Amino acid sequence: MPTAEELKERIQAALPGSAVEVEDLTGGGDHFRAEVVSDQFSGLSRIEQHKLVYGVFGSEVGGPIHALSIKTSTPGGSS
Amino acid sequence: MTNTEIRDFIANAIEENEVMLFMKGTPHQPACGFSARTSACLNALGVKYAALDILPDPRIRQELSELSGWPTIPQLFVDGELIGGADIVAEMYESGELAGKLGVEQAEDAAQPEPAPVQRQQAPIGLENRLD
Repeated sequence: MPTAEELKERIQAALPGSAVEVEDLTGGGDHFRAEVVSDQFSGLSRIEQHKLVYGVFGSEVGGPIHALSIKTSTPGGSS
Repeated sequence: MTNTEIRDFIANAIEENEVMLFMKGTPHQPACGFSARTSACLNALGVKYAALDILPDPRIRQELSELSGWPTIPQLFVDGELIGGADIVAEMYESGELAGKLGVEQAEDAAQPEPAPVQRQQAPIGLENRLD
């Protein structure tokens, strides 16, 4: 069962230099919320930003990770 | 139905409906809080949209996610383009961006609308077209 800490480390490994906060919403290891701030998001649409984060976990999202709520932004602002 | 038929059905639904929502349950009887929130945003804006319940056959979700590259449900498409899931739709609703995208006026109070109560149900595959 994944933990919030594990998810955080994997996002940071995939998006070097990003600031990541992950919260286990239910404590059950399957519903998470991630806030990711990365300069790699600049110039990308929100969809593309979220896809980058979802992409870290592949088919685990919808599988062992039932829900991953995402909020993305760039260091400079909120796009 | 074969997987190809399901995929074609989904692709057609996205193409033929200006506003197309894939969700768990229906707008009247959502079966998941995320789907309930997303359909509530559309209801609050008073737009016509088509909704497809993905629960009756696990292959619907599988084919949809392969088509869209988006792993979770709900998924909202406008003019054939994936707009987002529950988080993005809620964010866009609150900022007024969603109303702009859909070409409707939004009431001043953009607080999160009350979603319909979540219920578990089994329904046959089919589109629910909201015309009211």
